[in-house]
Parts: sequence; C-alpha cells; structure tokens
Amino acid sequence: MWDDIFLIPFLTGLCLALVLPILGCFLRLRDEWLAALAYAHVAAAGALLALVSGVAPAIGGMTAAALAGAGKRFFSARLAGGASFALLLLGGWALAVLLAANQPLAERLGHALFDGQLYFSGSDNLYLVLPWCLLVIPLLAWLSRQLLLARIYPDYFHARHLPVWPVVSGFDLLAALTLALATMTLGVMGSFALVFVPPWIVFRRARSWRAGLFFSALIGALAYVAAFAMALGFDQPFGPVLALLLIAVGLLIA
Amino acid sequence: MSNTLLRTKQLVAGWQQPTTAPLDLSLNAGQILGLTGPNGVGKTTILSALAGRAKCFAGKMELRPGLRLALQTQEVAPVAGLPLSGKELLALTLASPDGLPPWLLERLDLRLDRLSGGQRHYLSLWAILQAPADVVLLDEPTNNLDTAGSEHLALALRRRVADGAAIILVSHDDGFVSTVCDQVLVLKGISDVG
Repeated sequence: MWDDIFLIPFLTGLCLALVLPILGCFLRLRDEWLAALAYAHVAAAGALLALVSGVAPAIGGMTAAALAGAGKRFFSARLAGGASFALLLLGGWALAVLLAANQPLAERLGHALFDGQLYFSGSDNLYLVLPWCLLVIPLLAWLSRQLLLARIYPDYFHARHLPVWPVVSGFDLLAALTLALATMTLGVMGSFALVFVPPWIVFRRARSWRAGLFFSALIGALAYVAAFAMALGFDQPFGPVLALLLIAVGLLIA
Repeated sequence: MSNTLLRTKQLVAGWQQPTTAPLDLSLNAGQILGLTGPNGVGKTTILSALAGRAKCFAGKMELRPGLRLALQTQEVAPVAGLPLSGKELLALTLASPDGLPPWLLERLDLRLDRLSGGQRHYLSLWAILQAPADVVLLDEPTNNLDTAGSEHLALALRRRVADGAAIILVSHDDGFVSTVCDQVLVLKGISDVG
C-alpha cells in the first residue's frame, strides 16, 4: 500500500478527507449541505466541457465551480430556500450527461469523475490539493466567527452597518473551489459522503462547535484510511466503499 | 449632540410602507429608555429602523458618528441541532460571562439546545446585552423569563448603563419598565395621530 504508486493518491485523498468534513460543518450550519452535490456536479460538467474544448479538465472544473459559487449571490432574491443549489445540481448533471453521451472522450472522464479516480491521482494533483487544503483551514478558522454570527445573530451585521456579503460570498467561493478539487480527486459521491456524513454525526453528538469541527475531521480521516485500505485490499472502487463505511459509522454513533 | 448618542425627529418607520406615527426621542449615555404602547403601534419597527433593518420614510435619525449598536429581537436564535456551547455563544459577540446568574454560569459548557427555553433565552439576551456596544436595543427581553430571571435582568441593565452604555427597551411588562427605565415613551398608533 505504501508504494509510491499508492502513497501519492493516499496523501492527496487524506488532505481532502480532513478538510471536507470541516467544510461540511459550515455548509450544514448554513443549511446548505446540498451545495456539496451542486458544486460537485457543476465542477464535473465544467471539466467535461473543458475537455471537449481542448482545455485542461481541472481548469474547466474549478472555473465552473468558482463561477457558480461567486455568481449565486446575484440571483439570491429569486433563488431562496436552497433553490440555487437544486438548479445548479440539475444543470450540472444535465450538461455532464449530455456531453458524455455525445463525446466518447467525455464519457470516459465522466465515469471517472462520478465514480472517483483517486488511485490515478498523480503528484501534480497532490501539489494542487495540499497547498489548497493548507490555505482553506486557516481561512475557515478566520471566517468561522462571522459565519456563526451571520447564522445566529444576522442583525449583528445590520446593527453595526457591516456588509455580510463578503463573508458569505467568500465562503461560497471557498466551498465551490474545494468541492471542485475534491470531485476531480474523490469523485462526486465520495466527496459528498465526506461533506455530509461526519458533520451529520457531530451535529448530533458534539458538545461544542470546536469539538464538532475536530471530531468531524477525525471521523473523515479515519473513515478515509479504512476505506482506502479496504478498497485496495478487496480490489473495489474507492467511492462506494467510503460511502458505505461512513453510512455504517453514522448509523452506529449518530 | 454632546452626551446624546442618538436622536430622532418626527421619525416615521416601516417595512414596505410607513407604519409608525412620527416619533421624537433622544437617548443619552447612561440612560434606559422604555418604549411601550399597545400591539401594532410599531415599537419593534422603531427598534428595527434604529438598527438599520426597517426603512425610515420620513423625519430624521441622527446617530453619533461611530456609534456601535446591538439589537436583541424576539426571533429565536436557530440553535436547535447545532453543537454550540453557551461559552462559544458569548465568545461570538465578545460578551463577558461575568455577572451571569449562577444557574447559567454552571451550564455554560452545555450545548444551547440542551438548555431550557428560559435559560437559552437569557443567555442569548446576555450575549447581546454584554457585547461591546454604545447603545443596546432590547425587544421584549422579559419574554420567557421567570421572576428570578427578570429581577437579575433588571440589575444587569442598571449595571450596563452605569458602565456608560444606553439602552432602549421595548416591553409589555409595565412593572419591569417602570422599575428599570429612566424615561418611558408611550407610542401612539399611526391612526391615532392621523
């Protein structure tokens, strides 16, 4: 397992397995857990569109997710109640399926994106994921108080004449780019499992916000390590093994 | 404005349309001002306009430059299912736990959704009341409080203004208002002055 061929994919996924559950806690705080699926589908569609246009899929995926994350705010009046994420999910899925159905090259990448291609991650991917994850954790720590205030005391910003949109839009962009990177490494459902299940468990069980973030990352990392070993040992695709493992852990302790 | 923190002159406030009668008020540091009146006269709307939530349709509102406001509303903070402790809630608004009643101090490490409704309300109120601010706007703060809670709140409000802040308090609890407020304005409906 510790050969270079598996070490680099392992480390790449581990970075994401630590960050995605923390990001998921903030998405759950904002009642935006559907965002994980939405941004993942948009990133997949962007990657496929880039591929058929002769551009690197990673650039297309991250650009599409970033545009979705940053642009969501401009349609917020018409897309309240999570409608924006549902529409992004549907739009991303529809575009991805259409591209895959009409372009043989896109079909192969489409399967890889939805099923996950962790074992094929190279060092170039690790060099992108590792610094991004090292950047996201302090950024989330910095945004944490503002995001909690925006949720619990939205009037705090009104009363002090402070704009709340830089906090919210900054977080949206951060979430979109992280999920785009995760989708291109762990696949749509593998990423979603890490964003959804550990936060779901700790929101039920944790004694405090700080403990919740810590245990969320811990559950994500432990489940990831176990799933990686099991998938490799039993020669199974990684994403479904991770999802089933997290579901089992969730049902056991949530 | 010397010692005056905020002042309104013939202020008419509302959300989509004007819903309050013109109001003149002046608030000095160290003062607790009570706003009372029957339901529907716009007490909450006035607080919301001062905090920048509701619209000012007419009149003037002058705030001392750099004035820091804190607003407590009647809306319940959405903490159900959220792993947030009392201590973390106070840290969010930079409120000090010093002065909290013993029955809350010993529960600060618990999640907010594990507290009773009254305890949660008092802690949410405390987080706003003790946040760094020059003027604290409180909307029906005695809701959900028992006698001990109301008495403790009255003392806490007096201590807060003794430290230099000012408070505007909306309440239906006439006994509480007459106990803690230095001045009381009884608001009239928009039709009563029309």
